[in-house]
Amino acid sequence: MKTENQKAWFFVLPVLLLVAFNALIPIMTVVNYSVQETFGNNVFFWQGLDWFEQILRSDRFQAALGRQFLFTFLILIIEVPLGIIIALSMPKKGFWVPVCLVLMALPMLIPWNVVGAMWNIFALPKVGMLGYFMNDVLGVNYDMTQDPLAAWITIIVMDVWHWTSLVVLLSYAGLVSIPDAYYQAAKIDGASPWKVFRYIQLPKMKTVLTIAILLRFMDSFNIYTEPFVLTGGGPGNSTTLLSIDLVKIALGQFDLGPAAAMSLIYFAITLLVSWLFYTLMTKDDAQ
Amino acid sequence: MAKITLKNLRHAYAPNPTPEDYVLKEIDLSWQDGGAYALLGPSGCGKSTLLNIISGLLTPSDGRILFDDRDVTDLPPDQRNIAQVFQFPVIYDTMTVRDNLAFPLRNRNVNETKIAERVAEIAEMLDVTEMLDIRASHLSPDNKQKISMGRGLVRDDVNVVMFDEPLTVIDPHLKWKLRSKLKELHQRVRATMIYVTHDQTEALTFADQVVVMQAGEIVQIGSPVDLFERPQHTFVGHFIGSPGMNILPATVENGRAIFEGQPVTLEGAVKGDGGRTEIGIRPEFVSLADDGVEARVRKVSDVGRHAIVESMVGDTPVKAMVEEAHLEQGALVHLAFKPDQTRLYRDGWISTEATP
Amino acid sequence: MRKRSLIPILYILFLMLPIYWLVSMSFKTTNEILAGFSLFPQTFTLDSYVAIFTDPTWYWGYINSIIYVTLNTVISIAVALPAAYAFSRYSFLGDKQLFFWLLTNRMAPAAVFALPFFQLYSSVGLFDTHIAVALAHCLFNIPLAVWILEGFMRGVPKELDETAYVDGYSFWRFFTTIFIPNIKAGVGVAAFFCFMFSWVEMLLAKTLTAVEAKPIAATMTRTASSAGYELGLLAAAGTLTIIPGAIVIYFVRNYIAKGFALGRV
Repeated sequence: MKTENQKAWFFVLPVLLLVAFNALIPIMTVVNYSVQETFGNNVFFWQGLDWFEQILRSDRFQAALGRQFLFTFLILIIEVPLGIIIALSMPKKGFWVPVCLVLMALPMLIPWNVVGAMWNIFALPKVGMLGYFMNDVLGVNYDMTQDPLAAWITIIVMDVWHWTSLVVLLSYAGLVSIPDAYYQAAKIDGASPWKVFRYIQLPKMKTVLTIAILLRFMDSFNIYTEPFVLTGGGPGNSTTLLSIDLVKIALGQFDLGPAAAMSLIYFAITLLVSWLFYTLMTKDDAQ
Repeated sequence: MAKITLKNLRHAYAPNPTPEDYVLKEIDLSWQDGGAYALLGPSGCGKSTLLNIISGLLTPSDGRILFDDRDVTDLPPDQRNIAQVFQFPVIYDTMTVRDNLAFPLRNRNVNETKIAERVAEIAEMLDVTEMLDIRASHLSPDNKQKISMGRGLVRDDVNVVMFDEPLTVIDPHLKWKLRSKLKELHQRVRATMIYVTHDQTEALTFADQVVVMQAGEIVQIGSPVDLFERPQHTFVGHFIGSPGMNILPATVENGRAIFEGQPVTLEGAVKGDGGRTEIGIRPEFVSLADDGVEARVRKVSDVGRHAIVESMVGDTPVKAMVEEAHLEQGALVHLAFKPDQTRLYRDGWISTEATP
Repeated sequence: MRKRSLIPILYILFLMLPIYWLVSMSFKTTNEILAGFSLFPQTFTLDSYVAIFTDPTWYWGYINSIIYVTLNTVISIAVALPAAYAFSRYSFLGDKQLFFWLLTNRMAPAAVFALPFFQLYSSVGLFDTHIAVALAHCLFNIPLAVWILEGFMRGVPKELDETAYVDGYSFWRFFTTIFIPNIKAGVGVAAFFCFMFSWVEMLLAKTLTAVEAKPIAATMTRTASSAGYELGLLAAAGTLTIIPGAIVIYFVRNYIAKGFALGRV
């Protein structure tokens, strides 16, 4: 049991101040912009909820949101099962385990624009290994600066390359925490490998998988740097995800009002979906 | 149900073992169908290894395992028709109690009517009928452990049910209850049961026959009474009983045992010669008398119904268990050893002839 | 070798391929790169690395990154430790709400904060300083650090605290000499993740800097666009940004798998 102690607030005060400084002031700024119109010179006019309405109705926002959901959906549907499969096939102990983990974690530690630049070069026709392989070895016409499908495939493969290891590491942490007796009992009970997975491994991985799915959702939904460096949102607008569009509006066009309204909608969607995921995945425990 | 025979069993975890690598050294053993057996020994004596070899989780380095006359050494666990209950309860968290109990049967494609019948029967036996529809993860540890036993018992074709220190995580006041439940279950289902433990009380109350192991070897197989009264090895004498057997350095002259210069009468004739010679007698059979071995009282501790008198004969402490004792420290006493319970050991092993 | 170890091997191959490509390209001459595909450098050259280590705008980018990442890690851990202790040991008014609110900041899209951060840090005169980036990264690193540390601290029995008080330790002495050493694995894991996320984040780092505190990775993209395709240089700079991460991860290799598992959902 935890002790009731209001003085504990002093312990959290530094965290509170720092995060509040970083979160509350900018959010207030955004809220402020989102309900006003400006023509420069720091002159503002009350705009009410017009920006929100305009953003929600705009085809451009809806298209970006659609692309964002498609992207995140594909990421989750590929990375989560793939990560679990890789974690399942890893050895439980031995010399190779830390080696595997270090190598797998490596892509996650590369600055995000380097990841984008790396894949950009990697995919260049003629010069890059992937581009060369696709065009000159396989004979497929592959050029992501021209072909939206190629751009999408490259972005997805890049993200799988970049982040699947997170799912692997988390799932693996869940797997190694299962005592041997469970596997032995299952063997004696005559359980098939599928049943071992379904009734032992999956339930024991649930906590870490919830974390993995939440993190992968948030990070893929908020992704900016890697696809921006890789494709710049093109060809056309085909890979313009929400963050890329937002930065275009805010920093590119300096349309502060619409950008602020879009920011708030964006943030709200992230929170809402995260909350939905969380509630759905922890539902059984509450009973 | 089956008779279990272990032939020349040896096991080492290292791939190319030297003699010291063997955690099991030459085990020859046979267990009768329907018996209740315990494997007793201190931690690291190889009893869990032996259990895992019988269940098929481990393949022995040498030797064979027979169930009745069938060689099962190379069969995987699920084809041996055995059941095992582990140290801590292994249950399938996401399933209900009912599904947990049905799981081993479903995996063997038993038809659902038969499953329902067996599950109801076992649930009734274990007193868990009212919990059948609860998620197994919500049960208390002792009920969880009952469910893992139930999964073993639900199959009517099991050759043997094995328990690997099953009461480790159970609260002390529930241990007793679960232990009597186990005994009762054994009487009802008459399956061969093997119970591994380092706790002598658990072993002696559960089993008809106890196998005592030490450092990878079997030192004695016998009924609880045998182990208590006539330990074949000083280890058994010391390990079983509380306090353990007095082991007293002695010499043999002309077929008589001499302890600290005083003659001691043994249960029977002395066999063999040489080696480290010791007299073994349980404190229960040492009494205070008017004459006998002279000793000085060092400590008297009251343990409820008895008192334990620890006295020094020369430099050797001897414990005696007596009804009542009011003795000063340093008092001179005489100790009488009950002759038919006084044995001689050479290099640890018994070397007196039993009195017929 | 078992058949299923093929899966992790193939996966690691897939991960290493682009990295190998980058490293091998950093040792090639620009001519060789543009001439077409070659698996190994034909004319091995260190020119790109020499260029980076002799040009202050390059190597300062490197130093800048390390300065603000280190600052951020130190600040995040320093403030997260007492807070995580409070969350793991005490209940207080609004504790759950506060914890949840902290975590929501981990969910915030960085793009939302780019412009307001620029204005905020400009208005307090911190624009283009290391501390600005370090503070900005606290937005997502502090919640993460609190979360990880809280998980580790809950694993330490409360009796430890009580014994220390009975033995006459003051709170701070207990906290620094007994409690923190007890959760040093947790501190290591939390520091690793703070380092990682601060090192890889670029949108805020780029927005908040111009010259003085510009991170290496930002220097890199600017060069790529302004000076045309100096691919060898680009690859060398990219290779160099992988090294600190690789070093840090080597130190926490035995903890990394457990780190997240101990956090709570």
